Amino acid sequence: MTSHFLLLVLFAFFVSLVFAVLLRDSPREQLRTGALMFGGFVLAAYVMGWLMYPFPL
Amino acid sequence: MSTKSTAAERPRAAAEPGVIALLVLLAWLIPGSAHLWQGRRQKGLVFLIALPLMFLIGLWLHGRLFPLEMSEPLVFLGAIADRGIGAPYFVARLLDAGAGMVTSPSYEYGNTFLMTAGLLNFLVVLDAFDIAMGRK
Repeated sequence: MTSHFLLLVLFAFFVSLVFAVLLRDSPREQLRTGALMFGGFVLAAYVMGWLMYPFPL
Repeated sequence: MSTKSTAAERPRAAAEPGVIALLVLLAWLIPGSAHLWQGRRQKGLVFLIALPLMFLIGLWLHGRLFPLEMSEPLVFLGAIADRGIGAPYFVARLLDAGAGMVTSPSYEYGNTFLMTAGLLNFLVVLDAFDIAMGRK
C-alpha cells in the first residue's frame, strides 16, 4: 500500500479518533470533534500539498 | 446550573499512591486498560483497539523501532516515542519485527505511525493519571 493520500487519511482518522475520545465525554461530542479534526487534517494536508506543488525539492 | 454527569464522569477522590503507580504502569503496558479499570469502558475500548492497530500498521508499512542511542538525539527521541505503546513494542521486538526497510516507499509513514501510536498512548496514560487523581 503506497498511496500517500490513503495513508494520510488513515493517519488522520486514527489521530482524530484518539483525540476526540480523549478530549470529549459524550459520544455525540466525540463524533463532532472527531469529524471536525479529521476534516481539518485532510483539508490542511490537501491545501498545503497544492501550495508546495510549484516548489519541488 | 446543573450539568449532566454519569457516576463514571464525576471527579472522585484521589486513589492511593500505590494504586496510582500500578494504574499508570498498566495504562502504559496495555493501552486503554486503565480506563477500563476506571469504569470508562467506551474510552478504554477505543484506545485498546485503535492504538495497537496503529502500531501494527506502522510495522506493516516497514517502519523501524529505533534503538536508544544517546549519540543521535533525534533517534533517541524517536526511540522514546516508539516505547510509549508499551507491551506491543516488546512483543514486536520478541518477534524480530520493526527492523525497518529504508528503501520502502512507506518507510517514513511506518515510522510516523509507530511513533505517533506511542505518543498518543503517553497522553492516554496522563488522562488515566488525571482521572485517578480526581481531576477529571
